[in-house]
Amino acid sequence: MTPAQAIRDAAIAAAVAFGLFVMLVGLRTDVGPEGGLILRQRWGQVALLCGIVFAGRLAITTLAGRRALQPSTAPGPWTARLQRAGKLLAPALLAVALVLPAIPGIGRYELDIGILVLTYIMLGWGLNIVVGLAGLLDLGYVAFYAIGAYSYALLAQYFGLSFWICLPLAGILAAFWGVLLGFPVLRLRGDYLAIVTLAFGEIIRVVLLNWTELTNGPNGISGIPRPSFFGLPFSMAGGEGTFAGFFGIEPSPSHRVIFLYYVIFALALLTNWVTLRLRRQPLGRAWEALREDEIACRALGINITTTKLTAFALGAMFGGFAGAFFATRQAFISPESFTFIESAIILAIVVLGGLGSQVGVAIAALVMIGGFEVFRGLDEWRMLVFGGAMVVIMVLRPRGLVGTRTPSIALGEKRAIGGDLVGEGRG
Amino acid sequence: MAYALQQLINGISLGMIYGLIAVGYTMVYGIIGMINFAHGDVFMIGAFIALITVLLLQLGGMMDGPAAILLVLLVSMAFTALYGWSVERVAYRPLRGSFRLAPLISAIGISIVLQNYVQVSQGARVKPIGTLVPGGVEVMRDGPFVVQFSYIQMLIIAVTLGVLAVFTILVTRTPLGRAMRACEQDSKMASLLGIDTDRTISLTFVIGAALAAVAGTLYMIRYGVIDFYIGFLAGVKAFTAAVLGGIGSLPGAVLGGLLIGLIETFWSAYFSAQYKDVAAFSILVVTLIFLPTGLLGRQEVEKV
Repeated sequence: MTPAQAIRDAAIAAAVAFGLFVMLVGLRTDVGPEGGLILRQRWGQVALLCGIVFAGRLAITTLAGRRALQPSTAPGPWTARLQRAGKLLAPALLAVALVLPAIPGIGRYELDIGILVLTYIMLGWGLNIVVGLAGLLDLGYVAFYAIGAYSYALLAQYFGLSFWICLPLAGILAAFWGVLLGFPVLRLRGDYLAIVTLAFGEIIRVVLLNWTELTNGPNGISGIPRPSFFGLPFSMAGGEGTFAGFFGIEPSPSHRVIFLYYVIFALALLTNWVTLRLRRQPLGRAWEALREDEIACRALGINITTTKLTAFALGAMFGGFAGAFFATRQAFISPESFTFIESAIILAIVVLGGLGSQVGVAIAALVMIGGFEVFRGLDEWRMLVFGGAMVVIMVLRPRGLVGTRTPSIALGEKRAIGGDLVGEGRG
Repeated sequence: MAYALQQLINGISLGMIYGLIAVGYTMVYGIIGMINFAHGDVFMIGAFIALITVLLLQLGGMMDGPAAILLVLLVSMAFTALYGWSVERVAYRPLRGSFRLAPLISAIGISIVLQNYVQVSQGARVKPIGTLVPGGVEVMRDGPFVVQFSYIQMLIIAVTLGVLAVFTILVTRTPLGRAMRACEQDSKMASLLGIDTDRTISLTFVIGAALAAVAGTLYMIRYGVIDFYIGFLAGVKAFTAAVLGGIGSLPGAVLGGLLIGLIETFWSAYFSAQYKDVAAFSILVVTLIFLPTGLLGRQEVEKV
């Protein structure tokens, strides 16, 4: 591209940008002193944005050439390097996660972010069973998260049950709802499945919001009990029968945070371990076969109904566990925490990480959620950057950050294959 | 009886708005097989541009009569179409031919971007504009209850029918419509036969966004208050309508929109307004159990 062409190209981009921004940025509507709407003009900002677009477009076309914006599905040099490092990356991440609370300079704030990231990693791994392994597109995963959270909160509120009894119950209840969702959608494929799961998530949220007698509606449930350490509660008062008193250490609020961190760490590892084990067993192979080709699956005598239902149930169960943990960590839940955007973020983590790749999901959760917390200072711009990052990552790497997969079974030596060789499922 | 008639009028005018948005979903789905999650937010952008245009006209003292409303519609359609085009160009075209979930995530990202872009640029507070088209016609009187057919509702129904008529002619009678239908059936074959598929897809997005802008403008005039978040719920409802009608089917989208509008209105009128969304979604689920490809959708024959 000659410089003249590049400038013309950038000028067109700037003209389009002007068309986009002239109304919505150039004129701001505000409620005026008399209650009516008034317009404020901001032409400087429009000019600034158009200038940025012009310069950015020019820089991209001249420096990198147009190819830079082409997506790559084939494993490039970047992937190969990552793959080599990948063997070390997973154990390294695990080791860092294991000793995180002991690293100097890691305070309560950092641990809280760690807990948040681990929660999303766990949710990502749970959804990965449904989307990545079985190839069923689920846009309402947050419903199971909500069911888990409300199961624990309500059981604790009405029956006074402890966290450790409710944790399995929350998982079982969520799995039950997973099966309940699974039945009507057995025959649906592709986007029909997507909208029904989305509708399911919204139905659960609306019911939680409006069934005020049971769930306290939009005000949520507060005072959810915290988990105990083998029957020893965490208390600032210390003394006999508390965690600090039993071990004879100074009571500190960080004990509970560290404990919660290890609880979610263990839960996430459990999810990962179950997934990895199941992939080698007939059930897991049936899931992957279903993702690759449903008709071939049927022809080979695999029971599609049970295969799909178990995928929904297991995915939902881990969502339920994560939900119960969320409830006990926050001590307060309301339907506001379980909106569609949460489902979208979890799905984005799974897809951005590379469908079916366990390490990829962990990295994606770390990047998206960790990055989101790091940019807390950006305030209202944060979600804008977040959404933009989703688009950019997807456009540049449609197959996710980790572009290779290790097949579950192989003849002879297992070799990593490109992500584009793996089916995506039509369910 | 009078009450039911009033609800029927309300339901149809609401359903028309859903139908207009649903057509955009179904067109995009038919032609490239992806859920354009950002479509609801394009609708919201359309409503905002219409709002700003109305304010500009009011400043100039020209916000008066049908010509002004037509002008607002056209301005909103033009600018929103540019948004539709840009979104396709930036976020979807690079992913053409890629695997199915990539454009979906990209679309969710765009949806987040558009919502927060409007929140940042226009503020998070709701924008009350007040009544632009007051009055109506009394259709029937049953004791103290008066059935009103307001001018706004007439406007919504007339504009929607007009736009849909133009749109139908566009799809069935023009070379562009033929190209669109060809791409929908088999885009590779269409490109072999000399159809510029990229251009056709771009124009599909432009038309879809323009229809969403009409819906946004009508919504803004009807309810008189908008905020940056209206796109999500309207988008989900319209998407539900498109799926209910059979995604990929244009008459199905309008039918689905009308049905969702009527279900919602009647449910709120006779049962509870809080659970109207649950009612709409439940009907969708029940319909799909018996008709897995929607009301007017084609049964897909899968060849091995």
